[in-house]
This record gives sequence, C-alpha cells and structure tokens, in this order.
Amino acid sequence: MKTSSRVLMVVAALSLGLLFLFPMWKIYLKAPQYPEGLEMHIWVNKISGNTESSLQNFNILNHYIGMEPIHAESFKELTIMPYLVIGFIVTGVLVAFIGRRRLVLAWSALLMLGGAVGLLDFYLWLEKFGTNLSPTAPIKVPGMTYVPPLLGSKTLLNFDALSLPGWGSLGVFLAVVISLLIYFLTPKMAKPQEILRPKPTLV
Amino acid sequence: METILNKLRKAAPAAALLLTVAAGTALQGCQKTNGNDATGATASALSSDAASQVYVAPGKHDELYSFLSGGFNGQVSVYGLPSGRLLKIIPVFSQHAENGYGYSEESKAMLQTSHGFVPWDDLHHPKLSRSKGMTDGRWLFVNGNNTPRVARIDLTTFETVEIMELPNSAGNHCSPYPTNNNEYVIAGTRFSVPLDMKGGTGDVSLDSYKDTFRGSISFIKVDQEKGDMDLDFQILVPGFDYDLANGGKGPSEDWVFFTTYNSEKAGTLKEVGASQNDKDYLAAVNWKLAAKYAKEGKAREMPANYYHNKMDKGTHTAKSTVKKKVRYLLPEDCPGLMYLLPAPKSPHGIDVDPSGEFMVVSGKLASAIPVFSFSKMQEAIKNKQFDGEKNGIPVLKYESVLAAEVKEPGLGPLHTEFDGKGNAYTSMFVSSEIVKWKLKDFKVVDRIPVYYSVGHLMIPGGDTKEPYGKYLVAMNKITKDRYLPTGPELAHAAQLIDISGEKMKLLLDFPTVAEPHYAQAIKADLVAPKSVKFHKLDENKHAYVAKKESDASVTRQGNVVRVKMTAIRSHMTPDNIEGVQVGDTVYFHVTNLEQDWDVPHGFAIMGANNAETLIMPGATQTLKWVPKKAGVFPFYCTDFCSALHQEMQGYLRVSPKGSNVPISFSTGKKKAASVALK
Repeated sequence: MKTSSRVLMVVAALSLGLLFLFPMWKIYLKAPQYPEGLEMHIWVNKISGNTESSLQNFNILNHYIGMEPIHAESFKELTIMPYLVIGFIVTGVLVAFIGRRRLVLAWSALLMLGGAVGLLDFYLWLEKFGTNLSPTAPIKVPGMTYVPPLLGSKTLLNFDALSLPGWGSLGVFLAVVISLLIYFLTPKMAKPQEILRPKPTLV
Repeated sequence: METILNKLRKAAPAAALLLTVAAGTALQGCQKTNGNDATGATASALSSDAASQVYVAPGKHDELYSFLSGGFNGQVSVYGLPSGRLLKIIPVFSQHAENGYGYSEESKAMLQTSHGFVPWDDLHHPKLSRSKGMTDGRWLFVNGNNTPRVARIDLTTFETVEIMELPNSAGNHCSPYPTNNNEYVIAGTRFSVPLDMKGGTGDVSLDSYKDTFRGSISFIKVDQEKGDMDLDFQILVPGFDYDLANGGKGPSEDWVFFTTYNSEKAGTLKEVGASQNDKDYLAAVNWKLAAKYAKEGKAREMPANYYHNKMDKGTHTAKSTVKKKVRYLLPEDCPGLMYLLPAPKSPHGIDVDPSGEFMVVSGKLASAIPVFSFSKMQEAIKNKQFDGEKNGIPVLKYESVLAAEVKEPGLGPLHTEFDGKGNAYTSMFVSSEIVKWKLKDFKVVDRIPVYYSVGHLMIPGGDTKEPYGKYLVAMNKITKDRYLPTGPELAHAAQLIDISGEKMKLLLDFPTVAEPHYAQAIKADLVAPKSVKFHKLDENKHAYVAKKESDASVTRQGNVVRVKMTAIRSHMTPDNIEGVQVGDTVYFHVTNLEQDWDVPHGFAIMGANNAETLIMPGATQTLKWVPKKAGVFPFYCTDFCSALHQEMQGYLRVSPKGSNVPISFSTGKKKAASVALK
C-alpha cells in the first residue's frame, strides 16, 4: 500500500474518535407545551440531552405512560461500546501500519457488521422501552405503544418524535467509506500485471 | 391677571371633563362643541393607528420591561411595553399569600425590622441599577416609605433578595437614588424626627420641632459584583421634609439633589405651616466629597439598631443581621459638602436632564418651573454668591443659579422626564396633563390631557444619559371612567403616550395594581437573556433539602416534627404521614425536584394559619403548621403542574397529644417506621 493510503487508513481509524466527541443519535420531541423541544442524545458511552436536565424531563413525561426511566446504567452496551470503538481505532491504525489491502477490507466489514449490530440493538431497546409499559401507568391508550422511530419522524400522542443520527455516526460512516475507498483504489500489489485484453472489434 | 386667566383657560378642559361626568347628558350637549365629553376626549386624542402601535402579536415579546411601584401594596408590578400587559407582581415589603413570601420560614426574615415583623410598606420609587450612567438590568432598588427600608430585587429571578432598614430615618421618601456606577444608593428621609443619637427618636415635646428635629441622608454602598448593600454613613441634615432625590450625570455626576419643603420647620398642620415660605430649597450634596470625608475620618459614630436581611441564593433562605452602629457626617463640619438652592414653592420633583447641566425643580404650588444650571451653580459656589446660610449650610442666590423659568406650564407641576432629543415633559397634577417643553428656550411646545390627576410620569431611561424617547407612561392617581366600574375603588390608570413625533399621541390605557408612584423601564434584551429558568438542584444548599425521593423523611425532635418532602410531577414523597400529634410544630420542608422551566409546585395543608408555599424548580421552601385537632388532614399541590396535578396530594394523620402512634411515612409502599426514628 502506498503511504497515502496508509495515512488515509489512519484517518479512517481516527475518525471513529468522533463518537467520543458527538452523540451517535438524537431523538427530538416536540409538543405544544414544549415549544423549545426536548432532545435525547445517545452517545457511545452515555445518554444525555441538549440540557443537563433533559433526561430527567424525558423520564417525567415517560412516567405518565408507564415507561421505565431511562438511565445510562440501564444499558450495559454503554460500558462495552467505548472499548469496542477504541479496539477499532487501534486495529485500524495497525492495519495502516501492516498495509495489507485484505486487512483493510476485513476491518471495514467488521466495522459495518458492528454498526449493523449497534443499530439492531438500538432498535430493540426502543422497542423494549416503547412497549414494555407498566400495567399501572396513569395514562393508558388502548393499542398504543410508544416506540420512537429509529430514523425519521412519528407522532406519539401529542408529541412529534424525530430521530436522526448525530455527528458521532458520521465517524463510523467516514471510517467505512474511507476504508472501502482504500480497498478499491489500492492496486493489488502481489498479483502479476494483467494482460491487456484485445479490444473487441466490430466485425 | 393674565396668568390667572391663562391658568383658568388651561384648567377649563379638565374641569369641564369632571363636570361632564357628573352632570350627565344634558351638559354633554354643550361640551361636545369642544369635543371634550368623557368619551370624546379619548377619541379625539387617540391617533387612528394607536392599536397597531401597541399590538404585540400572541407569542411575541414586548420591547421593554417596565417596573411600576405598587405604592401602598408594597409590591412592584412588571408590565410589558408597549402592550401594557401585566407580567408579574414582585412582593417586596408585603407578605404575598400567592407564593408564601413573608409567610414561609425562609422568607420571614426578609420582613424583620427593629420594630419587629413588619409585613407591609408603602413602596414608592423603583430605580434600576446603573453602569456608566445607563441602566444595566442587573438589579432594581426600591424604597419602603413607612418603616424606612431599601430593598434590592434581583432581575435574574425577579425576586426580592435584600432589604435593609435605615436608622435615623422616618418616611424614606426621597429614595433610592443609585449613582451612575452603583457606587451608592442614596436615601433621604421625608419626615425629620428628634434623633436621640442612639439609633432612635427622643421622647421630646412636639413643640420643640424647630430645635430638636433633624433629617438624615443615608449612603448605602453597593457591592459592584453581587449587589449587596451596606450602610456606609449618613449625613444629618436640617429638620426640613425631604421629598425627592435625583442625581447628576456627566459634569454633575458627583452630585445628588434633594427637594425639600417645610423650610418653615412647622411641626403641625403642615398643609398651612409648610406652605408659607415663598421659597424652599433644593439641597445639593456632593456625594463623592461626602464619601471622601467619611473615609478620611470626618465621620462620627453613634449607636444604632437596624436590620439587614439577605436572601441566600444557595440555601434559598433569608437571614437577618442586626447592625448596632452607624457613622454620620455633619454638613457644618464638612465644607463644600452641601449647598441649598432656593426653589419656589414646596418643590416636589427634581430631575436632571440627560446632559447633566439642567436641574428641573417642580414646585407643586409654584406657577413656573425653575430650571437650575449646574455650571452656574459651580460658578456661584466659586464666587461665593451666597444668600446667608441655614444650619451652617450656604444658601446660594436664586438668580445666580437659575438658567430660566418655564412660564405658565400648567397647574401643579410634579415631575419631569426627558426624551434625549432636547425635550422635557412635565406632569401637571392639578390640570391633569403632560406638558412638553424645550430645554433650548424653555418654551412650552405641546400638551396632552391625561385621565386624571397624573402623578409621576416615566420615559424609559428618561432619568439616564440616553433616554429611549419613544414612549411616555403617565401614572394617574384617579381613574373615574376609564374602565368598567368596580365599586368605589378603581384601578389607577396608566397611559402610554407616543412621544416619537412633534405632537404627543395617546396610545393606550392600562390598569395598574395599587397606586404606582414611579416606574422604570428598560429594553427587554438587557434583562430577558439573563432570566433564570430554574434553580439548579445540585446547587441547593438548604439545611433541609431532599435532593431525591430517597432523601425524604419525617423525624421527631421533642414536639417538633420535620418533614423533608419532595415534589415532582405528579406526586409528593411522602404522601402518607402518621405519628404527628396535636400541638406539634410541623415543618414541611418541600423540595421541588423539577429541573424544567415554569414547573413550580405548591404545597398547602388544610387549616394552615399562614399561606401556601410555592416552590420554584430546584428550590426548597418551608411551611410551618401546628395542628390543633386530631384527625386526617389532606395536603396537596396548588400550582397546576400536569394532567395528574389534581392527584398530587397526600394525607397526614394527627393523633391526640401523648398518643403512641409512631412516626411513619410512605409513598406507595410503606417504609419501616424505624427509618424515621433516629
């Protein structure tokens, strides 16, 4: 691999660092009595909001419909994920040093798999919180569940919920795209030169 | 003769107006030729686009905050301008059952004085804090007239955070005047009293007024960062009545001026006794020099006894400190400290124009408005153009300090404010009008009737270096027919007048609370962005805070039961309490766990002898309750907080004295009683 590709690979690995700087996902809630909106921010290692007390306010609202309170402690993933990300960063840098094209692909594939598992996990959590409601909830609407959208918007009673990836996810996206570009643009070094095929001729 | 005719001519519309109201339709017929019947006056004075000028669309904010003193309700009311919408009432010197101010254990100390607990006062003059001669939107200082006090309102929370009693003062009327950089807030006494020089008044014969009565001017130092007040020193002044105060700016910014009446030193029937002299005085005090004299050891010390009450931000609790001495200066010891300028007759308002050159004195019984020149005053002092002295204080020659007299301004001039474009506006109490005149040539250029008997008037920033010369608010003392009648007492009317053009235009009437005396206004963007939305629970240092539900407890110490309770949408913890006995003193320390804007929780219990408490998010408030009979007493949240607000309630069981019901408490599942019995 050329030096430029190795540098790019380091960039790909380091871009995962964005996950520590920005939330991965954001859920926005808006209702007439919340004109300023409420935001929940899902990070690789924590759950927060646009303000210090957003999470508390989310939970106050959720308690009416019998949703379990959301705390960072309720998610084991949040303690594991930071190590996984650091693992990807370290292996990504190693791949850059080794400079093997195949390894780049493998890293990229693993990362995509990791991302997909993450999304699935996220979806399952939304499903669990949105449907696993307390039978003694003060507000019960027959047939109603409160699963926020994974991506896009949805109306939940008086709230408009909007779910979008945050800047942290851009890190994963960049890591995948850059590493794939490196894989596809780097010439296969070990193989002999390809024989030029004769151009098809018009008969 | 001509002036009398003139006066009559000017008074005629107002007089006719009152007559019309009284005499009914028959008289209205003839008055209509003047367009001056009760409704006609409104219509003719009102410009056609007035509505659009004061219309603030739903959800939009006003341009300005205005703070109107409540007068005899001891409160400040906050209005938006130009809409005239009432935004808030801030209790200062009065108990306020609405939010428990003055009733809750935390706020009771705010109303402590050397006379004991004084839950009322007469609040006259709001004054905004200043930086470089401009209002800065940090604090509002107000005076308590009856039991002399000065209070500070924090404009991040719109709450009263400090009240200081003033010793040696009686009727704290010419107060509070903040200097241009908040170095001092200055307060003068209205009544002179026989000071016993021990912090009180002497038991003297009232006939001895002339010999034994004195006034005082208090200099309250303001902490530049926190705003905390401290009485630095006082000046003991001759025994006149001191009416209003105002400070210089620009060249005159080291000076503060006080109007006086009763230079006759009458102690009885002042109506007559204090109206005899053709001229009373404008007292000019060089406050910078006074501060210097005080610092350099000219000040003497005397015993005193006054309260200083402060609300602590962290504990949400007020504390009183009793101060035992005060320093004072005597003008006769301090050359250059104070001068008297003769001012015709019973001067009321003193207002200094934005340039700091002109001191306008409104003699409420005078026929002209004297305008003094600061530069002439300086000259006169230099050249010793004195007209004798009073109590060792030089009296300047009237002519030597006079810039001009505004002739035939109307009847009963009271107050003047400025628009920053070279115009002055004076309120005329007797002839019920606002008169506009030019500082350039002291000529009256416009007048507009007001309904009725205007007292103070206010132009936003009209007492600063740069007035916001768009609006004028007239605060009227009588309302008559402006709103739907509500029995003998009507809301005092405030009127918003457009002063942006050559002619004044009436824009709006709005009712006020109690009797506003003065007002201040400031551009909203100097205050609104700093408004606190909730208190941080983490920073709550209240002695009995419960920061989470698991901190809630009920404990007994002798016959005192302390309930540490939390409130959050939509329940209280605990909501079942047993083991309280008749005659116990129960303290409900309620912490609002919310961290969201505009979600206060209230707490009230049946039969309480004080008020509710209204607890802001993140704060702790305490309600004291002494049950008098056994039974079950419900308590609940009083401030609508959510769809389940109505269910935010609980029960407290009271058993007879000496009963063996143990203290227990719970919310939902019962907790073991042993938890409570420590």
